[in-house]
Amino acid sequence: MIPANFAYHRPSTIEEAVGLLASLGEEARALAGGFSLIPMMKLRLAAPEALVDLSRIAALKGVREEGPEIVVGAMTTQHQLMSDPIIAAKVPLIPETSAVIADPQIRYRGTLGGNVANGDPGNDMPAVMMTLDATYVLAGPNGTRSVKARGFYEGAYFTAAEPGEILTEIRIPTPAPGAGYAYEKLKRKVGDYATAAAAVQLTMKASTVETIAIGLTNVSETPLLAQDAMTILAGSRLEPEVVDRAVAAAEAITNPASDGRGPAEYRTAMAGIMLRRALARAASRAQG
Amino acid sequence: MNDMTPTREEREAKLQGMGCKRKRVEDVRFTQGRGQYVDDLKLPGMLFGDFVRSTYAHARIKKIDASAALALPGVKAVLTAADLKPLNLHYMPTLAGDVQAVLADEKVLFQGQEVAFVIAEDRYVAADAAELVEVEYEELPPLVDPFQAMAEDAPLLREDIKDKTEGAHGPRKHYNHIFDWQIGDKTGTDAAFQGADVTIKEMLSYHRTHPSPLETCQCVASMDKIRGELTLWGTFQAPHVIRTVASMLAGIPEHKVHVIAPDIGGGFGNKVGAYPGYICSVVASIVLGVPVKWVEDRMENLSTTSFARDYHMTTELAATKDGKITAMRVHVLADHGAFDACADPSKWPAGFMNICTGSYDIPVAHLAVDGVYTNKAPGGVAYRCSFRVTEAVYAIERAIEILAQKLGMDSAELRMKNFIKAEQFPYQSALGWEYDSGDYHTAMRKALDTVGYDALRAEQTAKRDAFRRGETREIMGIGISFFTEIVGAGPTRNCDILGIGMFDSAEIRIHPTGGVIARMGTKSQGQGHETTYAQIIATELGIPADDIMIEEGNTDTAPYGLGTYGSRSTPVAGAATAVAARKIKAKAQMIAAHMLEVHHDDVEFDIDGFRVKGLPEKRKSMKEIVWAAYNQPPPNMEPGLEAVSYYDPPNMTYPFGAYLCVMDIDVDTGVYKVRRFYALDDCGTRINPMIIEGQVHGGLTEAFAVAMGQEIRYDEQGNVMGASFMDFFLPTAVETPVWETDHTVTPSPHHPIGAKGVGESPHVGGVPCFSNAVNDAFAFLGSTHIQMPHDHWRIWKAARALGA
Ligand SMILES: Cc1cc2nc3c(=O)[nH]c(=O)nc-3n(C[C@H](O)[C@H](O)[C@H](O)COP(=O)(O)OP(=O)(O)OC[C@H]3O[C@@H](n4cnc5c(N)ncnc54)[C@H](O)[C@@H]3O)c2cc1C
Repeated sequence: MIPANFAYHRPSTIEEAVGLLASLGEEARALAGGFSLIPMMKLRLAAPEALVDLSRIAALKGVREEGPEIVVGAMTTQHQLMSDPIIAAKVPLIPETSAVIADPQIRYRGTLGGNVANGDPGNDMPAVMMTLDATYVLAGPNGTRSVKARGFYEGAYFTAAEPGEILTEIRIPTPAPGAGYAYEKLKRKVGDYATAAAAVQLTMKASTVETIAIGLTNVSETPLLAQDAMTILAGSRLEPEVVDRAVAAAEAITNPASDGRGPAEYRTAMAGIMLRRALARAASRAQG
Repeated sequence: MNDMTPTREEREAKLQGMGCKRKRVEDVRFTQGRGQYVDDLKLPGMLFGDFVRSTYAHARIKKIDASAALALPGVKAVLTAADLKPLNLHYMPTLAGDVQAVLADEKVLFQGQEVAFVIAEDRYVAADAAELVEVEYEELPPLVDPFQAMAEDAPLLREDIKDKTEGAHGPRKHYNHIFDWQIGDKTGTDAAFQGADVTIKEMLSYHRTHPSPLETCQCVASMDKIRGELTLWGTFQAPHVIRTVASMLAGIPEHKVHVIAPDIGGGFGNKVGAYPGYICSVVASIVLGVPVKWVEDRMENLSTTSFARDYHMTTELAATKDGKITAMRVHVLADHGAFDACADPSKWPAGFMNICTGSYDIPVAHLAVDGVYTNKAPGGVAYRCSFRVTEAVYAIERAIEILAQKLGMDSAELRMKNFIKAEQFPYQSALGWEYDSGDYHTAMRKALDTVGYDALRAEQTAKRDAFRRGETREIMGIGISFFTEIVGAGPTRNCDILGIGMFDSAEIRIHPTGGVIARMGTKSQGQGHETTYAQIIATELGIPADDIMIEEGNTDTAPYGLGTYGSRSTPVAGAATAVAARKIKAKAQMIAAHMLEVHHDDVEFDIDGFRVKGLPEKRKSMKEIVWAAYNQPPPNMEPGLEAVSYYDPPNMTYPFGAYLCVMDIDVDTGVYKVRRFYALDDCGTRINPMIIEGQVHGGLTEAFAVAMGQEIRYDEQGNVMGASFMDFFLPTAVETPVWETDHTVTPSPHHPIGAKGVGESPHVGGVPCFSNAVNDAFAFLGSTHIQMPHDHWRIWKAARALGA
């Protein structure tokens, strides 16, 4: 429970941070809230030689609207997401998710950027960002580039981010007014990662699903976008047999680990139940 | 009398004696972060020890290379079994008559076993160095399933005792067998089963779990080589016993060993025994001549020091067709892990498992327990219970439900029909105990009436119908448990630890102006002894509790005692406290009589002083009497006012209670909600109702945790799964149900103040209550027993299997 030795740096600009990571090399890691990285270091599952603490970089914090997008700085904490008026009004799926992440102490420090950059299938925000079709902006030694959340996750702890790159902001297309949303998460207790969880974002017109996106958390090596289920449900009136088919399609893409939360078959079944419940709640919230 | 004269009630209230909801005096420092725990101790030159632990469950050690670790700056030494062998300290005796490796000798027998002890300048260097010690292993086949332990081709675990055919408790049947303990009338029991109208039989597994106190096990050893004295600070529930053991092992005379248990952050049985960390710290301090600290981390605590339970109990009941129980038969397969390190009184290899006839008048019974070795951590401690009582109560309280189901009878009614009746006390049980007192019918009736039992059953019937009609996916369970505990070990005639009888002690010293210091042989780990012992003295002697300081845990100043576990503090040291106070009171009476110039038979005790019988205004307050004891004692009387008592209890005490739980279960997810939990406890005389309530809340929360998911799991390779609070279920305030508490009072007839002990009752009674609720919910679908722990996925699986 004691980490190996490491050096500590605390830059105040993005450029400085990128420069530090480049000069320190592959064994250096960015530090955000520290609530995933530091436990890993204490267990010696990670032993970075240097940490570059992003907490003093003002440019990485805050929420703003930019044209058709909501832009969230990577260092914005879960607590800030739960109390931000723009987020509450425009993307309520986010605070609904933040509220079921960890506990208040962790939410005061844990950041959106850390949550999505971490690459742990247990994190809740990645599936939500895929559902919202967010884009991640990465700054590296060769400048900045954008990667879609839907294409970011490659395996457990493997993402499209290159070593030395910093996630600076998350850009979310502003959902249409009146959209329905829900995040349903089953967990064993407060502070636990999901046994299974489902995110749903949809728009309805005349009781018919117009657009829909579905994300699943912690039922595979990576967060999942339930593409087939989305196709089945789009244009439907959420008739029971259509929902059954969509749930079966979503369950089919899961491949959960068996662990203390339960055997794989249970976790797959729970992904289905969470999806059913999220669909029902999202539909009940949608206007139109 | 004028208006300023306090009334009797006011005088009584001022004492804050027995029955008063006195606030816990220790909380002043605990709530301000001013407790003094072992890890707060910092001594000049102190070093820090850390273990290299086995990565395998079963392997031969080919080679240990510590050269890289020793080369790291700040590392002082690395101890292995080879260093301990010449001192004959590579094995240590366990409380159960076995030996346990201090550092692995040639073989490792469980994952996490201590292999080497690294001593360094600070804990950071020690952790780095531990990683640098290279251990070469040759893997051996692991034995994880206790049911395979005595198979013909089972791997041999304990090479050190493979030729020993006699264990500490009789013959061994197999090289992985520890003991076969039998009690009761086998022939009579078998005969009763043969002729029975109805019988039930079920294998009830009580899974492996862990007491998991918030503060882990830790110590600081400091050898003063000039004086030849060893001081050992540690998280010890039984500091005096630890001193005796330390003296014996280190060969230092007992008076030159100073054991000090400072504030302790919870014990629950985890801190009774001796661990390799203590021995290694002592050896390291002796070798290096400076203090050495050892502190377990959370994962070490959960995976190495003292698991609890792991009992697999094949339980049978026989009954007449109208529900009178005629016999009980139980066979237990006990998984003790790699060494038998159970913390039971020496003559009781399965603790008090023979309390398994419970609260019922069962004429004949037989119990057999087979202990076996497996490649798991040693332990088998009494996690918030008196020596295997939790297991015993689980067996009988599940069996009663299963029998009721088979008889088609309401289980509350079945209990009422078979309870020991109030007039049968003292009651001799078929398995050898003498229950001191009880009124089970009254307690059960009060519980059923308070919760509105009949209405709950009616609601359940309606819900079941709605479920069958497909209108809901929620089912409802009503769990009942009625437990009888056996606590306060114990009479020295049948209870000892390492040959030392299980008495306990109190020494009370009253100073001239009325301030009192009292010391006991027990050791609080959060129970509130500093508050409650003072209340006993306050009532007995008429001195305000606030003027009484209680001190425990320093073996140099406190009288010898056996420590705090098995709910023994109030039954044994609490009794000693009352007896010592009464010795002082007798002397005070003589002094008062002398001061009042009457014969001592003519004065009587009156709340906070003595008065002349029939002349209440002629009185002396305790304050005056105490002063006189030092000033002008009667002729021929020694001055001073103090007493000591070593109390050997004539019997155990038998607290009991009736618990009821209402639970709603979502069969689609296995998620449950405890809608209501009612706990009626009878612990005899109630010293501090607020502390009792706190103990009940804490015990129920732990019972809830254990029943609903708290588990130490192993995979097939013997790897410990989930030994951190991420997986090990420790409920937060969010998960914890709301507790309703209630009580009846049936004093113990043999205890000086009639008190019985309560700290463990809620755990003992709570676990079967939750499990019965889950099982009751599924009973209508044809299920007889679902094994614990009842976490979401297991409930879901059970629902699936039943076609729900
Ligand atoms: C008890 C407990 C319970 C938890 N429960 C949940 C839960 O239910 N759901 C959940 O989603 N999470 C949970 N977490 C994790 C928590 O939400 C973390 O805060 C989050 O996963 C990581 O965010 P962070 O800001 O703490 O990042 P850090 O831990 O500091 O970093 C995480 C990783 O991301 C990298 N990183 C961080 N920021 C950047 C950046 N801007 N650019 C590039 N790389 C970066 C780091 O190098 C590191 O590899 C839990 C944590 C704990 C301790």
